[in-house]
Amino acid sequence: MESAILSGALGLLDGMFHLAPGQVVMMAIAGVLLYLGIRKGFEPLLLVPIGFGAILVNIPQAELMAEGGTLRFFYDFGIRTEIFPVLIFIGIGAMTDFGPLFSNPKIIMLGAAGQFGIFLTLLLALALGFDKLDAVAIAVIGACDGPTSIYVSSRYAPHLLGAVSVAAYSYMSLVPLIQPPIMRALTTAREKQIVMEMVQQAPVSKTTRILFPIVVTIVASIIAPLGTPLIGMLMLGNLLRECGVVERLKLTSENEIANIVTLLLGLAIGGTMAADGFLRVETLMVLALGLVAIGLDTVMGVLFGKLMCLFTRGKINPLIGAAGISAFPMAARVVQREGQRYNKKNHLLMHAMSANAGGQIGSVIAAAVMLSVLKGMGII
Amino acid sequence: MATSVTAPMVGKILKIEADTGATVEEDDVIIVMEAMKMEIPVVAPAGGTVKTIKVEVGQSVEAGEELAEIE
Repeated sequence: MESAILSGALGLLDGMFHLAPGQVVMMAIAGVLLYLGIRKGFEPLLLVPIGFGAILVNIPQAELMAEGGTLRFFYDFGIRTEIFPVLIFIGIGAMTDFGPLFSNPKIIMLGAAGQFGIFLTLLLALALGFDKLDAVAIAVIGACDGPTSIYVSSRYAPHLLGAVSVAAYSYMSLVPLIQPPIMRALTTAREKQIVMEMVQQAPVSKTTRILFPIVVTIVASIIAPLGTPLIGMLMLGNLLRECGVVERLKLTSENEIANIVTLLLGLAIGGTMAADGFLRVETLMVLALGLVAIGLDTVMGVLFGKLMCLFTRGKINPLIGAAGISAFPMAARVVQREGQRYNKKNHLLMHAMSANAGGQIGSVIAAAVMLSVLKGMGII
Repeated sequence: MATSVTAPMVGKILKIEADTGATVEEDDVIIVMEAMKMEIPVVAPAGGTVKTIKVEVGQSVEAGEELAEIE
C-alpha cells in the first residue's frame, strides 16, 4: 500500500524529471514574448497567445502537439490548411479604409517599391544556402505583414513557422526603431525638409469604393493566381465594409472572426515553438534575415521616394517612401514624426498614409508575384 | 499683419497650448491635434502675439481650416 502511494506521488514529480534544458530555455523565451506583449505593448493580440502556446508546448509529457493534442488540433485545423491567415485577411479588409489611396494615386507606387526588399532578401537567403522554399518564407518577413508571412511559411516551410511569425510580428512593432536611422542616412538635409502640399480629402464616390476591391481582386489574381486566397479575402472584407448593405457581416468580420482566429492562430503558432524545433542556429538566421528584409524594404522605399522627388522637381518628400511597407499605420506615423523633426511645419502623415495603404496591398501582391514567378521557374 | 494657423489635416483638437494674447516664437506649438490616433503638434508659422483661438478642445476640423490667428 505504502509503495503504491509513494509511486503515485512520484508520478506527480515525473514531469520534473523529464524537463529538458531546452524546454526551460523555451519557457524563458515565451516569457520574453509575454513580457513584450503585456508590458511593452508589442502586438499583444498576437504575442500573448503565441507566448502562452510556447509555454504549453514545452511542458514535458503533456504532448500538446502530439497526434490528438489540443494545440496540434488548432495547428492541423487552421495552419496546415492555411485557413487562419486567410480568415484574418477578411477582418483586415473590413478594418481598412483604402480612401487615402484615391487622394494621391501616384504615391501608390511607393507601396510597390517598398516590397523590393523581399526579393533582395530572397537572393540573400539563397546565397546563404537556405533551401529554396525556406528562403521564400524568410523573404516574406520583409513584407512586414503578419498574415501573409504566416500563409507563405505554413504552405512552403512549416518548420520555420514559429521563427517567421515571431520575427514578422516583433519587427512590425519595432518599425519605429528600425526605420528612422535608415531614413536619416539616405536623405539629404534639404530633402528631409520638403513640405508637401496639403492633401485635400477628395470626396471618393461610393461606386469607386465598391468597384475598387472587385477590380483589384480580378486584376491581381489573374496576374498572380497563387495570391488569390489572400488578396481575395482582403478585398472581400473591404467590399463588406464599403458596400454598406451588410453591416452585420462587416462587424462580425472585423470583430468576432478576427478575434477568434487571432487567438487560435497565436496559440497554434506558439505550439510550433517546441524546444527541439526552435532552438537551432536556423532560427537565429531567420530572425537576422527578417530584420535585413525590413531594412532593405525601407531602403528601397526611400530610394524610390528620392527618384519621385527628382521627377516631380522636389514636390515629393522622399521620407514618405519609408511608409511603403505594410506595417499600417506604424510606418506612416514614423514618417510624420521624422518629417516634423526636421521641419516643424511639415506634416507628411496623410501622404504617408497613402503610401502605407498602398504597401498593405503591395505586400500581398508582392508575395503572390513571388510565388507565381517561382512556380513559373518550376521551383515550387 | 495677421497670420493664420491652419489645420494641416483632418482631425480633432486635443489641446490648446497658447492663450490669447500670449507672445509666441516661430515654430512654437499653438495647438495639438489628433489624427489617425496620433498627436500632431501644430506650430506658429511666424512669431507674434496670439490674437484669437478659433477652435475648442474636442472639436473636429477639416484640412486647411483656420485654428488661430497670430499678429
